[in-house]
Amino acid sequence: MAIWFRHLLTDRWTLQMPELKGKPFVLAAPERGRMKITATSPAAEMQGIECGMAVADARSILPALMTFDHKPGLAATILNTLAEWCIRYSPIVSVDMPNGLMIDITGCAHLWGGERPYFKDIVFKLNDFGYSVRAAISNTIGVSWAVSRYGKVTPIIHPGQEAETLATLPPAGLRLEPSILEQMRKLGFHKISDFMSMPRSILSRRFGKQLLNRLDQAMGQAVEPINPVFPVEPCQERLPGFEPIRSAKGIEIALQKLLNKLCKRLELERKGVKKVIFKCFRVDGALEQIEIGTTSASCNAEHLFKLLQLKIGTIKPALGIELFLLEAPVVEDIQRPQSALWNLSGNSDLVPIGELLDQMISREEADIAHRYLPDEHHWPERSYVATSSLQDKPASSWRTDKPRPVILLQSPELIEVTAPIPDYPPLLFRYKNKIHKIRSADGPERIEQEWWIEDGLHRDYYCVEDQDGARYWIFRAGHYGEHNPRWFLHGFFA
Amino acid sequence: MERIADRKELIAKLQNEILSIQGFHTSMEGQQVHFGWGDIEQAFPNKIFPQGAIHELISNTLEDMAATTGFMAALAGRMMQKGGLVFWISKAKMVFPPALKQFGVDPDKVIFITVKNQKNLLWMIEQALKCPALTAVVGEITELSLVESRRLQLAVEQSQVTGLLHRILPRTIANTASVARWKITSLANDVTDELPGLRFGRWNVELIKIRNGRPGKWQVQWSAGKFEHLTTPAHKTATRLSHIA
Repeated sequence: MAIWFRHLLTDRWTLQMPELKGKPFVLAAPERGRMKITATSPAAEMQGIECGMAVADARSILPALMTFDHKPGLAATILNTLAEWCIRYSPIVSVDMPNGLMIDITGCAHLWGGERPYFKDIVFKLNDFGYSVRAAISNTIGVSWAVSRYGKVTPIIHPGQEAETLATLPPAGLRLEPSILEQMRKLGFHKISDFMSMPRSILSRRFGKQLLNRLDQAMGQAVEPINPVFPVEPCQERLPGFEPIRSAKGIEIALQKLLNKLCKRLELERKGVKKVIFKCFRVDGALEQIEIGTTSASCNAEHLFKLLQLKIGTIKPALGIELFLLEAPVVEDIQRPQSALWNLSGNSDLVPIGELLDQMISREEADIAHRYLPDEHHWPERSYVATSSLQDKPASSWRTDKPRPVILLQSPELIEVTAPIPDYPPLLFRYKNKIHKIRSADGPERIEQEWWIEDGLHRDYYCVEDQDGARYWIFRAGHYGEHNPRWFLHGFFA
Repeated sequence: MERIADRKELIAKLQNEILSIQGFHTSMEGQQVHFGWGDIEQAFPNKIFPQGAIHELISNTLEDMAATTGFMAALAGRMMQKGGLVFWISKAKMVFPPALKQFGVDPDKVIFITVKNQKNLLWMIEQALKCPALTAVVGEITELSLVESRRLQLAVEQSQVTGLLHRILPRTIANTASVARWKITSLANDVTDELPGLRFGRWNVELIKIRNGRPGKWQVQWSAGKFEHLTTPAHKTATRLSHIA
């Protein structure tokens, strides 16, 4: 059975925005410098607007035409969802790009009381959704396809009638390439019957192997495989209790059992969870749930248990829990730890460290762990960048040519200074009501503001040591003269 | 004479046994790191910096804090020579990561954890200390009770991770179960020679307490990636560096 969605994309838009119903609108994508129509609504099609036209041409036909952006890949997603929905009719459903579905109905139709009720059920349900569809049932994929698109009489073709049905249809029904169709139009082949009975060698010489192959497939003389859709099996484990469970220990046992089952399955699939939801259905109908996330995909039951265990205390069992459900909505392929990248010593391993981080993050429930890599900026606050991966390696080396303080204040603090003349370090400065006499100093090191990131004054940094041997990193913002120079303390050297 | 030698040997053996019971493992040859710190190392039990133990470092001012941070980085840098990771757990991020490089620590091998909650801070330090995959854990914590320190010390005796607890502006310094207690302060350079510019950073390193070792006081300067001992106090005029003498 072939199903043809006549206006797949525009129907979808109408479903999402009901106010578009009955109005002419198109979806367009830029191609070679102009907007080209990729899908039209039924109302626009009535006005003579077709796919492949330029939006500007269409506007001249219909000035009130609405245009929306074409989203690549949308058709495939919709068709996949629809295909998964169609699995209720047959276990073998495949997506037929760009706008159709193919269902193998062998042995399924009698469950609906024959092919006609079966056919009606599917078409009416899809029409109810808001998709205008045409469908056809026949013995072969080729004939079903042709009849659903070009058939005019009956959509259900009985065995043995393939040839005569096909004969009345245009050559486009054979799923041929546009260049071949154009050639046929020039030669005056308007129906398949015009060339169906010609000798095969002539057709092959004139139009290539494809035509013969398509004809054979339609007649059932050549094999045409069907590529069925496999729905994703949800990562979920259930555990009903014999009696309502009320104790924390009981919940722990249930959780452990479910985790072991889930992790065993994931291990076989070489996958790991990034998010786990543990749901407890209570006797009184309420739902208690806890969830955790991990920094890297994990299928280690013990580790996941530790993470969830921290939150078991928040579950209120009340009268008892009768059903436990463990869901893993986010699953990823597990990366084998690449310890070589980090040059870890023998007793080190990234896995326990990642697990430790997960525990810490889930405890604090905030973004608390950071690793930093060098960033190529002179401006001190921008000289490093945070990364969330344990495996990223620095792209450039850490710079040590300029002195940098071990402690850097989050924001520089204003200080009062006594400075002799421009470009000399100050003689003394006052910070937090304490006067520091400067005994030796280095500098200035001028660091310019990166104008493409932020506006601001440049900084002239000095490293200074006071009478107690404490070392500070201070700077003057801007030039003398032009601005009122202000001095700041920015860091402490070790 | 023979008997005396026997007795000395016996005492040394027994002492080693006691040390190993107390958490100082001498048998793990591969783990030991010789710091090459000369005099300071004489103070340690077995003359080896006690790894797998809790060290407390106390700083009473912001300036001391910087000096202590540098000293901790130098310690961590020594321990990380063969690779490994360090956790740096604190309540507020003060450390400027790129500066750690000059103390021999690759800043990208440090994971900074900033915890707002005091209770969680202690929990996280303990969890990190229990993870044998880490080389060292730096924890910036203000108060530490005897019970808390005991827990942490027990954790590291299991995992052999070195814990450096930086106690910033502590209100009270009670007795704790840590193996060593340090105090690092900055030391003024001698500037009588009228040469312009900044000298190397100098520290007063004070080992207030060390279990099975000898506490002491040293003056060191950090230059070219290692410590150099100052033979005479720096504030006197005739300053000599030991490596020159």
